[in-house]
Amino acid sequence: MSVFAFYLFAIGAIAGGFFTVVSRQPVHSVLWLILAFISSAGLFVLLGAEFVAMLLVIVYVGAVMVLFLFVVMMLDVDFAELKAEMAKYMPLAILIGLVILMQFVMAYGAWQSNAAAETLRTQVIPTDRHNTEALGLILYDQYFLLFQLAGLILLVAMIGAIVLTLRHRTDIKRQSPVAQMMRDPAKAMELRDVKPGQGL
Amino acid sequence: MADFFTSNPLGIALLILGQILLIVIPLLVALAFLLYADRKVWAAVQLRRGPNVVGVFGLMQSFADFLKYITKEVVIPAGSDRFVFLMAPVIAFVLSMIAWAVIPFNDGWILSDVNVAVLYIFAVSSLEVYGIIMGGWASNSKYPFLGSLRSAAQMISYEVSIGLIIIGVIISTGSMNFGDIVKAQDGAYGLLNWYWLPHFPMVFLFFISALAETNRPPFDLPEAESELVAGYQVEYSSTPFLLFMIGEYVAIVLMCALVSLLFFGGWLSPIPGLPDGFLWMALKIIAVFFLFAMVKAVVPRYRYDQLMRLGWKVFLPFSLVWVVFVSFAAKFEILGGFWTRWMIGG
Repeated sequence: MSVFAFYLFAIGAIAGGFFTVVSRQPVHSVLWLILAFISSAGLFVLLGAEFVAMLLVIVYVGAVMVLFLFVVMMLDVDFAELKAEMAKYMPLAILIGLVILMQFVMAYGAWQSNAAAETLRTQVIPTDRHNTEALGLILYDQYFLLFQLAGLILLVAMIGAIVLTLRHRTDIKRQSPVAQMMRDPAKAMELRDVKPGQGL
Repeated sequence: MADFFTSNPLGIALLILGQILLIVIPLLVALAFLLYADRKVWAAVQLRRGPNVVGVFGLMQSFADFLKYITKEVVIPAGSDRFVFLMAPVIAFVLSMIAWAVIPFNDGWILSDVNVAVLYIFAVSSLEVYGIIMGGWASNSKYPFLGSLRSAAQMISYEVSIGLIIIGVIISTGSMNFGDIVKAQDGAYGLLNWYWLPHFPMVFLFFISALAETNRPPFDLPEAESELVAGYQVEYSSTPFLLFMIGEYVAIVLMCALVSLLFFGGWLSPIPGLPDGFLWMALKIIAVFFLFAMVKAVVPRYRYDQLMRLGWKVFLPFSLVWVVFVSFAAKFEILGGFWTRWMIGG
């Protein structure tokens, strides 16, 4: 059963990644990428890491990809032109790809796996504590300061992005909800007492 | 025979399929009558009679509508993205259905008793926006596109405050399992033990956010008939439209179920002596759905900037402060552990 599920998700992830690259329509690419993310979330569930799986879906698929989809939907790109442009850079792309491939081969060739890591990998997953609790203990207990620091850095980045892009224009008419709510009802509208069953 | 369903892979698959059908079919039948009830409530408020022709008191109206929808012609606009156009309603429908896998209807009446049930619900509801975006984009038309953009922005905004409100409940329970959340609300005082009392202001915030999350009036800006015709649904007809509509209503009923599970004790009975059971859960869902229908009838539509202001400048800070408050109250057991009902760990 779980073998079947594994192959379903694995094929989904690989097909999603493949079609992300080859599809002509950028919106389709994003949709395929979503399939790849959901499939990998399924693989996480099979590994017993349900918390990470849910986070992957909530953060990447639910938030990041929605913004991505927004941007791609708004773009008006002529892809035939872009494809023709791409052919010019093909030799460079192949060169970079080859270099990365070489680096991987060299890194993998020199790989020496630690014996302790081997035993850790095959260790039985403890059943008395589920992984939400375990992750919580690590993040909020052991590495509390580092975790908060990471959050702070993200906050700074967010505020920076807002400051860089926020322009307060003065030449447009603005809504002021507070002023609108503070209007005097007696001056703004007329109230009539409607008897039940009669209508106005 | 019992062996076949517990050990044979095919048997297990059949068993799960049977369980799924056992949830989906009663849900869809119940939905037909909830749709009818929605229209009746709406009509009663506006001094109309509502559906009253098909069957006794018009009870069969939804089934007649269903037959009408599936026999109509499917119109696919020229210039639309065919595949995405047809996938969008299917996605909206399926996503609203799969969320029910982790909803318990009674003690132990649950399809998948996972530990991260609340997160699962949250993940699925954050995916629901895709049905709408895909539908709006694939229609290749202005109104659907504007409607889907509005809808996506709105759903993302209110998801944030829904998440924070749920975190308060999770902190009080110490578990993300709905069964544990309901059991934490069990006690000697019946309805006074439920979470609506310690999380009192959040009940309203959750209800209003649920209205916005499901695109219900007064937050139905994605389909705002008066300005966008019908938003992302403009180009849809026949069965695809039906799937969108069913998906929308299933999501609404899901939100009703969430309100009753998180704040009103799920299947627990409100009066101490009476037995707990499925009936209470159903009654609570129907009561919350009645509120949804009433809000649709009596509240005028929000303006878009007010909607965004409410989500980001009112609900978000308030629910954030509430999370901090609940964390302190749970940690230091204020009021004799009023906010502390930890089911695990602690």
